[in-house]
Amino acid sequence: MTVKELRKQFPGLDREVYGKPLIYLDNAATSQRCLGVIDAQADSAAHHNGNTHRSVYALAAEATRAYESARERVAQFIGATSSEEIVFTSGTTASINLVASSFGGKFIGPGDEIIIAESEHHSDIIPWQLLSERKGFKIVVLPVEDSGKLRVDTLKGLINAKTKLVCAAQVSNVLGLVNPLSEIISIAHSQGVPVLVDGAQGVVHRKISVKDLDCDFYAFSGHKMYAATGIGVLYAKKSILEQMPPYMGGGEMIGDVSWEGSTYADVPYKFEAGTPNINSVPTFVPAINLLEDIWASETALEIAEIKKYVYDALSSDERIVLRGTTENLEEKVPLFSFSVNGVHHEDLALVLDKMGIAVRSGHMCAQPLMKRFGVTGMLRASFAPYNTLEEAKTFIKSLNKAIELLQ
Amino acid sequence: MVDDFAMFDEWLDKYEYIIGLGKNLEAFPEEKKTEDRLISGCQSRVWLDCEPRDGKLWFTADSDAIITKGIISLLISVYSGRTAKEIAEDDFAFVSEIGLSENLSPTRANGLSSMIATIKKTASEYAGQ
Repeated sequence: MTVKELRKQFPGLDREVYGKPLIYLDNAATSQRCLGVIDAQADSAAHHNGNTHRSVYALAAEATRAYESARERVAQFIGATSSEEIVFTSGTTASINLVASSFGGKFIGPGDEIIIAESEHHSDIIPWQLLSERKGFKIVVLPVEDSGKLRVDTLKGLINAKTKLVCAAQVSNVLGLVNPLSEIISIAHSQGVPVLVDGAQGVVHRKISVKDLDCDFYAFSGHKMYAATGIGVLYAKKSILEQMPPYMGGGEMIGDVSWEGSTYADVPYKFEAGTPNINSVPTFVPAINLLEDIWASETALEIAEIKKYVYDALSSDERIVLRGTTENLEEKVPLFSFSVNGVHHEDLALVLDKMGIAVRSGHMCAQPLMKRFGVTGMLRASFAPYNTLEEAKTFIKSLNKAIELLQ
Repeated sequence: MVDDFAMFDEWLDKYEYIIGLGKNLEAFPEEKKTEDRLISGCQSRVWLDCEPRDGKLWFTADSDAIITKGIISLLISVYSGRTAKEIAEDDFAFVSEIGLSENLSPTRANGLSSMIATIKKTASEYAGQ
C-alpha cells in the first residue's frame, strides 16, 4: 500500500480550506476516520441496531456479536491474555478515571503515595488529584530532563513502602518521546508497585504487547487510531480487575439486584454499566485492520522519512526551540512540539491555518510540563502515515513564512 | 517577495493590518500585568485595564500574542473615550461589520468574545456606580 492509496481511504483529507489543500497535522489530537470505520459505524446503525447483551432477538444478537468481536480483536491487537481483560469505555480519560475511582478508591489511602511522570497529560493527573483530595495521599513527580526524557534513573529512589502506583505514558503527547516502559515497569514491579500506562499516543505508532510489557493497566482511545470518537479501552490484568469494585452502577453490570444489596457481573461487564456505544465499538475492527496493514506496508518507510526530515529542519533552525529531542529517532514518534523565539504559538497557528495547515497550539493539556519548560504553550505538528513528505516540506516552508510575517 | 507571499492572499492584508496595530500599541506597564487584569477564555494572555477620566472610560491593554494584541488594540481604540453607559449598551456590531469575527478561527472567536464581554462588563460596572 502506497501513501497515495492509503489517503484514498480517508475522505476527510480530500478537501480544501480557504481555497488551499488541507494539510492535517493535528493527528495527536484526533486522527481522520478511514472508510472502513465510517462504513462499519453506518452499517451498525442502519442494519444491526439492537441493544447489546440484553435481548434474545436477532438484531440484539448481531449487535452483541459485533461488540464482542471488537473486544476479541482489541485483546489480540494489544496482546492481552484474554478478552475479559478488555473494558470498553468512552476514551482514555474515562479509562484512567475508572482506575482512579475503582482501584484507587479501594487500594490507595491516607498517607500513601503515587508517582506520576512530569510529562503526563492532564487526563493522567487530574483524576489522581481529585482522588487525592478525597483520600489524602501524596502525588510524587517523576521528573523529565531538559531534553524531555524521563529521569528513570530517579524512579527507584522515589519508590518507597507507601508507593501504590506508578503512572506514565507510552508516548508523551507533547514530547513525542517513547518512554522506556520496560525499565519503568521492571523497577516498579521489583518493589511490588503496579504501573498504569497511558497508551493514547503510543498505540497508534507502536505495536504493543501488554503481556510482554507486563503493565498492569493500559488505557487508550479509538479516535486517535482511525476508529470512531467516544470509544476507548481499559486493559487491566484480570487478577486486578477482579479485585476492583464497580465504577458506575447501572444496567447490565449486575449479578442480582435487590433492596437488601446487589451482586455484580463478572469482569469486564461489571465495569460497563449502561448501554454502551453499540454503533461505534465495532469500528475498532476495521481501524485495527488498517493499522496493521500500514505497519506492514511501505508507508511505514515514508513516515520514517518524514520524521527525520521534520526533526532535522526544526532542530537545525536557530529561531526554534524543539522539545523532546533524542539522538535516536527510534525513540520518537513523528510528533513535534516547539517554540519560536519572539513569536507566540497562537499567532503561528492562526497564520498556518490560513495557509491550509492544521496544527495545535497551546498548553496541550500538559500545563505542568509547560511550566517545567517556562512557557505558556507551544506549537505542535503531529504526523500520521497518510501525511506525505511533500506536505511536510510545505509545512516547513509555510512555517518559515509565518515566522517572517510575525517577527 | 510577491512570489514568497503567493500563498498569502486577501486575508494577509487583514492580518498585516492587525499585526501592525499590535506592534504600535502603546506600551503597557509591566506592573499592571496582574491576574485580575487577565481576560480569561483566550489562548494567549490578554491584560485589560480601565481608567475613568472626565466622565469617560479609557482602556489600555496588552497581549503576549501579536494578533490578539492587534485585536484588543482595535477594540480599545473604538471604545476608549466613550461613556460607560454608551459602551455597556453598544451592540459591538462593528466587529462583524469589518469582517473580524469570520476571519478568525473558532478558538480565536472565543477569545474575541471574551475580550468584548470583558469590556462590556467593565463598562457596566462603571455605569452602575
